[in-house]
Amino acid sequence: MVPPRRWLVPFTVAAGSVPLGKLAFEGLTGGLGANPIAEALNRLGFWTLTLLTLTLAATPAHDWLGLAWPARIRRALGLLTFAYATLHLSCYAAVDQLFDLDAILADVAKRPFIAIGLVAFLLLVPLAVTSTDRAVRRLGFRRWKALHRLTYAVALAGIVHYLWRVKIDLRRPVIFAVVLGALALLRILPRPSRARETSRAGAAGRRGAG
Amino acid sequence: MRMTRFRSDVSESEVTPEGLWLRRREFLQLGAAGAIGAILPAAGRAGEPTGERLPTVRRVELASGETPTRWDDVTGYNNFYELGTDKGDPRSNASALRTSPWTVRIDGEVKQPLTVDLDDLLRWFPLEERVYRMRCVEAWSMVIPWVGFPLSSLVKRAEPSSRARYVAFTSVLDRERLPGQRRDVLAWPYVEALRLDEATHPLALIAVGLYGRVLPPQNGAPLRLVVPWKYGFKGAKSIVRISFTSEQPRTTWNLAAPREYGFYANVNPAVDHPRWSQARERRIGELRKRPTLPFNGYGTEVASLYAGLDLARNF
Repeated sequence: MVPPRRWLVPFTVAAGSVPLGKLAFEGLTGGLGANPIAEALNRLGFWTLTLLTLTLAATPAHDWLGLAWPARIRRALGLLTFAYATLHLSCYAAVDQLFDLDAILADVAKRPFIAIGLVAFLLLVPLAVTSTDRAVRRLGFRRWKALHRLTYAVALAGIVHYLWRVKIDLRRPVIFAVVLGALALLRILPRPSRARETSRAGAAGRRGAG
Repeated sequence: MRMTRFRSDVSESEVTPEGLWLRRREFLQLGAAGAIGAILPAAGRAGEPTGERLPTVRRVELASGETPTRWDDVTGYNNFYELGTDKGDPRSNASALRTSPWTVRIDGEVKQPLTVDLDDLLRWFPLEERVYRMRCVEAWSMVIPWVGFPLSSLVKRAEPSSRARYVAFTSVLDRERLPGQRRDVLAWPYVEALRLDEATHPLALIAVGLYGRVLPPQNGAPLRLVVPWKYGFKGAKSIVRISFTSEQPRTTWNLAAPREYGFYANVNPAVDHPRWSQARERRIGELRKRPTLPFNGYGTEVASLYAGLDLARNF
């Protein structure tokens, strides 16, 4: 039997909150440099994409590496993604634009990178809302699963948002694109039977204990 | 050649003394940090201007009396891709830029091309302090007390021929040492250019210092261009060549993304960058954005240079 390891989820939430804590601390102590608002926006966006990537890595980690524990923290990772995305958007609307609705609407209308970022966020909302066990039961697993495939659309929109945002140095958005492309590919490719068997046999507990 | 005068109501005045703006920043930081900031020693970086002092013969304040952006921000938040693409990279990698010995080649449509040693070039002109607004194309801005000499003095000394219509500024190329030049993020070396009448405008400056000190590497040492009514990227840093041409030179950002960065690059709130609005800007150190002024607030001085030019097309 796989041990329950009840600390996994709290640990994930705690670890996932570290960048936010660091941001808050540095923000209060003047450690974010000359343009703290831009720095906060960049960091929140970066962590949104990073957590989203980790969320999407859970299933391939199970299928290809026989690890069971990533799937157990996937919901926590997904909700952390949503939390960072919400903070990213709030930071833009509240701190950067000071709730200037005209300016925000003009941004959305005129600037494709902002529009697609907003699309990514709006697609995240139904996923966060249906993250509870009750929602899974109510929708039925098949429909719930189909809905949550949207995560890939969110990732695509998020990466395009990043690609369109950077001035000329595309390294970081391209790294995200390559990693997410690889994860998507792993979902499409036929899974190795060995990994499937070992994971079924509960080997995930053995390998994933580390 | 037409020489536009300084606006008469702008008087020469003293720059805010260093001590005063330093105390202001301390006050702001304490306010933001509350008790935490007061306790933590790491939180309050000294941020005092450093480097060799430069003698200046006069001070010209052309930033409406605004407090200059603090030294720590002016020297720690830079776009100087030769030293890395993150804002903090140029300061971190500053030591990669060797500024001595340094020579500047002056050539093209001039009476006599020459290569001049920096020390000799600095003896040609008296230095003065110029406090200018600096507006980055990324919609942030600073107030910077430069030390330098008018570009027009250099142009006059170079004796351009009647065929000269543009001046191109080439930045340092050193792929061995400069970390940012190991990748072709931009087409190295960096080149920027002005029309000759822009270059001889009295506001155009060759800067060799900042806050009364020798220019730090991350700000484009040992000498750089400052054109306060244009976006910051026009200000070529670490100049090694000044070339007079009859044709409009190809400039680096314009080559990289012609739809986004025009040759003129005059600050213009009415012409948005395709990916962000230019209507407002955030002055570094402030929360609320402020409206961006045409020609960065220097329209009275420079607008006549562009009479009859469609500024929306020639952005």
